[in-house]
Amino acid sequence: MDIYATSAVLNEEIIIRESISMPNSPHNKNIGAMLDKLFRYTTMFFAFLVFILLFGIIITLLVGSLPALKMFGASFYTSTSWNPVTIDFGGVVPIYGTFITALIAMLIGIPVSFGIAIFITELSPNWLKRPIGVAIELLAGIPSIIYGMWGLFVFAPLFADHVQPWMNDHLGALPLIGILFQGPPMGIGMLTAGFILAIMVIPYTASVMRDVFEIVPSMLKESAYGLGATTWEVIWNVVLPYTKTGVVGGIMLGLGRALGETMAVTFVIGNAHELSASLMMPGNTISSALANEFTEAVGDVYTSSLITLGLTLFVITFIVLSLAKLLLIRLSLREGKQS
Amino acid sequence: MTALNNKRYLRRKFVNGLTLSLSVGTVIFALTFLVWILWTLFSQGLSHLTLDVFTKMTPPPGSSGGLLNAIVGSLYMVFFATVIGTPVGILAGTYLSEYGKSGWLAPTTRFINDILLSAPSIVIGLFVYEVAVHSVSHFSGWAGSFALSLLVIPVVVRTTENMMSLVPSTLREAAAALGAPYWKVIVNIVYKSARTGILTGLLLAVARISGETAPLLFTALNNQFWSTDMSQPISSLAVVIFQFAMSPYEDWQHLAWAGALLITLFVLGLNILARTLFRQNQSHS
Amino acid sequence: MSTQTLQAKISAKNMNFYYGKFHALKDINIDIPASQVTAFIGPSGCGKSTLLRTFNRMYELYPKQRVEGEILLDGKDIHSAEQDLNLLRAKVGMVFQKPTPFPMSIYDNVAFGVKLYESLSKSDMNDRVEWALQKAAIWNEVKDKLHQSGSGLSGGQQQRLCIARGVAVKPNVLLLDEPCSALDPISTARIEDLIHELKKEYTIVIVTHNMQQAARVSDYTAYMYLGELMEFDQTNTIFTRPSRKETEDYITGKFG
Repeated sequence: MDIYATSAVLNEEIIIRESISMPNSPHNKNIGAMLDKLFRYTTMFFAFLVFILLFGIIITLLVGSLPALKMFGASFYTSTSWNPVTIDFGGVVPIYGTFITALIAMLIGIPVSFGIAIFITELSPNWLKRPIGVAIELLAGIPSIIYGMWGLFVFAPLFADHVQPWMNDHLGALPLIGILFQGPPMGIGMLTAGFILAIMVIPYTASVMRDVFEIVPSMLKESAYGLGATTWEVIWNVVLPYTKTGVVGGIMLGLGRALGETMAVTFVIGNAHELSASLMMPGNTISSALANEFTEAVGDVYTSSLITLGLTLFVITFIVLSLAKLLLIRLSLREGKQS
Repeated sequence: MTALNNKRYLRRKFVNGLTLSLSVGTVIFALTFLVWILWTLFSQGLSHLTLDVFTKMTPPPGSSGGLLNAIVGSLYMVFFATVIGTPVGILAGTYLSEYGKSGWLAPTTRFINDILLSAPSIVIGLFVYEVAVHSVSHFSGWAGSFALSLLVIPVVVRTTENMMSLVPSTLREAAAALGAPYWKVIVNIVYKSARTGILTGLLLAVARISGETAPLLFTALNNQFWSTDMSQPISSLAVVIFQFAMSPYEDWQHLAWAGALLITLFVLGLNILARTLFRQNQSHS
Repeated sequence: MSTQTLQAKISAKNMNFYYGKFHALKDINIDIPASQVTAFIGPSGCGKSTLLRTFNRMYELYPKQRVEGEILLDGKDIHSAEQDLNLLRAKVGMVFQKPTPFPMSIYDNVAFGVKLYESLSKSDMNDRVEWALQKAAIWNEVKDKLHQSGSGLSGGQQQRLCIARGVAVKPNVLLLDEPCSALDPISTARIEDLIHELKKEYTIVIVTHNMQQAARVSDYTAYMYLGELMEFDQTNTIFTRPSRKETEDYITGKFG
């Protein structure tokens, strides 16, 4: 039969319903569709805003660093001088300081974060998991300026009185690495900055590690336990290989934080534009140089040199954080495929 | 068991015991610092946290005073940063969650947002200096708020997207099946379901910017006097703490400790509030 | 087929459906009779829910899902440019596998859909909400707690609330996507009674896993397999004298 020939009765009923429930439906329809589009494009606009923010930052900083780059060219990255009087600037000292302090932070921070993540996922009784998790997260919540004050007024004096003399006597005498630990026990310097950075990045790295350890299927762990493996053997031979991309991602995330951290470092690094072999000597990082000098910088080239440092820092952290993100995405993609 | 196997077993047990004890040690290590820092704050700051702190202006060196202008300046900037950053973050997060299933913009923005989330805040300060201070040749509270809002946005984008993605798609379908246009589905159903989660993210964002110093150093600068004029340099608690703590004057250092305790209590309080709220919400659903 | 004696409410003509590259529905031709209950049965993944979701264009919420061919509602193409998507969905109500109470009070759940297209006075709205809840046979259970959250109800009550919500906007068609799969037997029985009541005024299409349920509630049954419509006829015929061997195998449990 011809289904197009809808019966008159039925048709009438539909018309009545439409007129009751949808007054001015064509009018309504246009407004509705318009609002839908409007909302969609509004959200899209703001997403786009976040998207271009990154390029805005890079371009702005690039423009700001042009005067310095024009004047010094590539030698900005090979020169160790930093002299506002003769207007001669090079970025090696703060860039070196940035990497060294971050390296120290990671050397201390990675094993500690790993230990914490193991404790929370594998060892802790259930009732203790949450309080410990919260406590570690609070460590991340403390403002960085507080770490700086505590570092300068509490930690550094203790470090100078009790730890550094010991390091001088024992580690300083070692061949090769001894030179890293020779120097006056001042308390402040790159070693102190690195140590405080370590405490600051631990919560970030530990929480990523904890999250990725938790995705290991319990069946996998149980089969290893079933063979008679100890907890440590299960962690080292099953959990860690299974999650290694995620663990490296967590480490990179911590590294990104350590490289860019400002206030805590500014308090304890000593702010000296000198390249010294000893970790106990004062130094400088990109962020501490910016914090200390930027508002007092006189002249275009000085300011521009500092902006060049800022751009350098942004590019470095961008690369590190991108790697972190890519590794974590890879892990979650693999997870998605398996489940 | 042969003697050799026994020895091997004992070694494995020893390694296990050692590594697991080290793991416990790392937890104690981290907690020690948490307790140590908090104890320092209370022992140094509590005795100086007097009524004067809340009623008097920041003093010149050598005289007594308080932190009133700094506290108010901080509140102003944090408030405006939140007001600017929240809608931007929620709308961008909405796009990522609701419209971002196809096309390149959403995945790219998600990636960039995650990087901005961990980007050095001092670089954000530098950026805002270039666009909002250098170009008009003077520091202002607005520039400070703008810098802080750029730190709020990534946090809000991230939590909004996460929380909206947790809303089951059947709920969207159910609303759409009634003939609701998609924007109404989002506003009336998805936002409503995700609101506690989004609020949690907002509180964490406020906590984060309340303690931020670096991006304010060369945007809002500082102001020794009472000022609520956002177009002028304005004082903030964090910058005052930095200035006073680094100074050789004892009065200033005392005020810095009082301010440090205040700011930490505020930030950690917000953190705990956000987490409690979130957990309650999780256990409800 | 014997449906031809009845008025067709919804018709699919040479309709194909794709999830990206996956060809999920193949050349579907069906006339859903008006004011009757039609059941879609078939093994998991056969496309019965997919077919249901084309009738209110629900698939359009997701990119990469698309339809080819025609779907007619009262003889009008639902994909035509004049057909507003939201008005279509207001005319074609839907109830899902799991109850989907909105995060608001019971009253607001029911009023939500009504408010989209009608501006009723307070008392008219109260009447409408009561009417819908009565229709869904849940009024007596909730009349004292209309302003409590809908998520506080039991699963069966929530599902009836969702039916009330669907009925409140006065649709012509109700699509039920395995509405009882998450419910206990008693709640299931109440929903089935409700379907009997509602079919007087609505065209009902129900997807179900449960063949007994299809036999109990429906007038017409469609058997689907691997994205194809194998057989469509009166329920009696399908369950007693199916014309295809595959249908018989499925119904008698020999399938697979």
